[in-house]
This record gives sequence, structure tokens and C-alpha cells, in this order.
Amino acid sequence: MELGVYSFGDVQRKNGKLGPTSQAITNLLEAIQLADKVGLDYFGVGEHHTEYFPASSPATILAAAAATTKQITLSSAVSVLSTDDPVRIYQQFSTANIISGGRVEVIAGRGSSTESFPLFGYDLKDYDGLYAEKLDLLLKINKLDKNERITWEGLHRAPLQDAIVVPQSESPLPIWLATGGNPESSIRAAALGLPIAYAVIGGRISRFAPLVDLYHAAGKQYGTPAEKQRIAIASPGYIAADAQDAKDTFWKAWGWTMAELGKVRGFAAPDRAHFDAESNRDGALFAGSPEEIADRIIELHKRIGHARHFFQMDVGQLPHDKFLQSIELLGTQVAPRVKKALKK
Amino acid sequence: MTDKLKVGIIGSGRLGTALTRLLLGAGYEVRIANSRGPESLELLLSVLLPGAIATTIDEAVSRSDVIILALPAGSYRTLDEGLFAGKIVVDAMNYWAPTEGVITEFADPAISTSSVVQQYLSGAKVVKTLNHVAYNELEEHSLPAGDSSRRAVFVASDDSEAKRRVCVIVDAIGFDSVDMGMLSDGVKFQPDTPLFNTRLGIDDVKSTVSIGSSDKPQASLL
Repeated sequence: MELGVYSFGDVQRKNGKLGPTSQAITNLLEAIQLADKVGLDYFGVGEHHTEYFPASSPATILAAAAATTKQITLSSAVSVLSTDDPVRIYQQFSTANIISGGRVEVIAGRGSSTESFPLFGYDLKDYDGLYAEKLDLLLKINKLDKNERITWEGLHRAPLQDAIVVPQSESPLPIWLATGGNPESSIRAAALGLPIAYAVIGGRISRFAPLVDLYHAAGKQYGTPAEKQRIAIASPGYIAADAQDAKDTFWKAWGWTMAELGKVRGFAAPDRAHFDAESNRDGALFAGSPEEIADRIIELHKRIGHARHFFQMDVGQLPHDKFLQSIELLGTQVAPRVKKALKK
Repeated sequence: MTDKLKVGIIGSGRLGTALTRLLLGAGYEVRIANSRGPESLELLLSVLLPGAIATTIDEAVSRSDVIILALPAGSYRTLDEGLFAGKIVVDAMNYWAPTEGVITEFADPAISTSSVVQQYLSGAKVVKTLNHVAYNELEEHSLPAGDSSRRAVFVASDDSEAKRRVCVIVDAIGFDSVDMGMLSDGVKFQPDTPLFNTRLGIDDVKSTVSIGSSDKPQASLL
């Protein structure tokens, strides 16, 4: 079981107002370096383009992290593939991968936040078509043999005629699909022989168990080897030495974020009772003490057999020092418990 | 269960599959269809929804008494309106400009998106409901009748008989229905309203309503 963190780059609060986005980027790099140092397996950077989530360019941050970390897997979580260019994504992530000595991965997402569509001049009406086509091209580029050239044509991008895409990594980049629970996505990932990351940001986590079954059943139907079927869970989470402190602190951060998101998406802000209901046992929110979080990861692993679990901690202006402490606790206290319990 | 209505679900995403499971659990005969055809549903049904019938949209409509639309809202225009004449149609969809882009006919917040759907499916009896509860909460918050923690689900339609029959379904899948009036009153529980996605029981609704303004909803339990 691999454990880690993911982040959209959280802007800190200064004198009651949102602080500079630049600070969020330096904070993010510091967090990745700490995660590496405390032995965590994974850090994902999720592409967003907002005043409070400014990690718009994951590959750039990951390249900086690649050069300054030793062992941690570095990934986008996610890259909004639909509004990017697969050629450019491959080039950037392959470059970072080479710098890291083969530790870089990509999660290719459709984008649950859609601010990148107007930003890069894409039409939301092409949401499905853009993703399918760009994923096809990215996977083809990733599979090319050494110095092999590619010829490709699609609707949403200029055709490629005998093009070379460099620098090539020693071996293909691990590319994951991400899903928020649409059944079709589990089937798609299985059919393509790709690992899958489930983003479980609310409600009961057990509702994803049937989707995992679907992923496995689809893998069987499409003849995908079992070892190619890997499952990751991404969920909000925050760890503090004291369970109540963890919940109180994370409620403020998560509650603020959901209220902001609610304004955009048109739903009412959740209340504390909602938060408390979802930060226990079968809930999607992993806020608690190291023991509690370790137990919940182990429990979930028994149900769905996930290979990796990573947590979004720095949301809603969670103070940076608390973010770092939470990363440290995940690495030094949660991870040893989980790994000991799940050792074959 | 022969006295129960047959339900057709159009859309096999998160909402469509959640509703199918709930309805199967309540003993309904459920047909499910999507734009890609029944073959695309085989695997999904065998693993997630054993007991449901995969079919075409045409057949899901023609062989069901109540049809639930669980599509992206803008996709209503892809439906063949002639199929729906005389049918009860539950509009469980929401218009999300941030995810679907701007759809002109939905853009006026004073007009219920379900009224637009009713205008398009002119021969159908459109009922707006189940749109204001998150898809996962439909399953997670479903409770037996009489449970004091039961959540309220709002129902609006211009056809009182259709509304009554849909309220029976709402009750059967684990929620207390609240009559919100005519279809145009659907604006009261669309996105960007205080009632949208808020967890309320019948009693909360009554107290909310009593402090409301003159155009308050009618909180009567059917």
C-alpha cells in the first residue's frame, strides 16, 4: 500500500484576505520535499486555475520537485487533458520523469473543475469528444518505440505527420485515469488497460466498492492482465496528533472550500453535522488522529484492495505549518501502521 | 408488485444508476437506456444493477409508465418528443452552466428548467423532483417511511395526478415528498436556491416555510 498527498496549491490567508498565489507555489514545493523526506510514496499536483488553487502548471512544479527529491513518486492529480495538448503533456512529464530518474506519472482527467475550458479557448460542448481524442493521442505517444515517429489525425488538434515527440523516457510513463464515480469511466479505464484513481470527495466511500467490482469485471471482459489493474483512492484528509483537533481544524478549511465551491456550483454550504457525519468510519473525509486514519485506510483496503491512497490536506487556507505537520504524521505515524498491518 | 408502475430511466451515469438501484430495491420493474444502446449497458447491469432491464430509449419510454430523465440537462433536446405523449416524465436534471456551458433557454433563473423541458415534451406530464439531492445521498439518506430522520424531497408539476403518482415513488425509495406546487415553482429548488442540496426533513420544511415570503411553497405532505 502506497500513501501520499495531493494538492492544488492552497493560497494562505493574510490579514483576513487571500494572500499571494506565488507563496502557494513555494509552499507546495516545500510540502513535496517534506513528503519525500518522511518517506511518503506519492505526491500529486492537481491542475487548477483559481485565485485560491493556483497550481495551474503541475509539470513545472513536478520538475522542480524531481530535481530536489530522492524517492517519492511525483504525479499530476490531475492533468486536465481535455484542454491541454497531449504532445506537450508528454514532453513536459517525460522531461520531469527523466530528471527524477523515472518517478513521474500522469493522471489524465476530464476536469471536474472546468475553468480551463474558457481559459484555453475550448468549448464545454466538446467535453467528451476532447477527452476521448486527446487520451487516445497521449497513450499512442507514450507507447512509441525509441525514435519511432507518429502519424495521427483527429478533430480537435492539428494532425501529426511523421512527427517525433521528444524527450522520450526510458519506459512509458504510468498514465492513470481519474473518475468521480461515473460507471462508464471504470469500464473505460479497464478496457484501455489503465490503472484508475477514484476521487472520493464526499458521501460514503463504500459506494465505490461496486465500481471497483465493475473495473475488475470489465478488465476480465477486455482481457486486461490483472497486474495492470491498479486502484488508487484520492480523498480529503488531515491528520493531527489529537483527533478532535484534527476535525476542528479541517472543518474550518474544508467547510470554507465547500462553501466557495457551492457558490460556483449552486449548492448550499454544508454544515458541521454534515462534516462530522462524513469524517467517520465509512465517510469520505479522513480527518483524525494517526491511529484513526491508519485504521480507516486498512479497513478500506480490506474492502476494495486499493494500491495507493492519497489525501488532499491543504484546502481553505489550512495554515501551512499544520499542512506540513499533517504530512509528517502521515509519513512517520500512519504509514508504518498501515504497512505493518497490510504486509503479506 | 403488479400494481406498481413500470419505470424507465434515461441516462446510465451516477444519477441514473443510483435511481435504478433504489427503484429495484423498492420492487419496481426498471428499464434503463442511454444514447449508446443497450449493449453498452450489459456489463454495468450485471455488476451494478442486477435485475434491471437494459433497452433502447424508445423501448424504455414506450414500455414504462414513468420515465426519469437522468441526463445532462442540455441533452433533453436529443429526445424524440413524440415518444413521450401521455407519459409521466420525472425531470431530475439540473442545469450547470460551469459544466455544460451556457444553454440559452435555461439561462433565465426566473424560469424553471423543467418548464423548458415540459414545453419541449409537450404531450408529457412533466414532474420536477429528485434534482436537489446529490446522487450519492439518494442512496445514503434513503430511509423507511415513518423514520424521524427521513429527508424531504420536493415535487412540482402542473398535473396533479402525475404528481401524486410520483410522490408514491418518492416515498417508496425512501423520502418524504413535499408538494411545491406548479412546475413553474420548480425555480424554488433549483441550483442557487437555499433549498438546493440542503438536508431538510418535513418538519424543517414546514418551519422554513412559515418564515418565508409571500411566494412561499406549500408544504403539504401528500
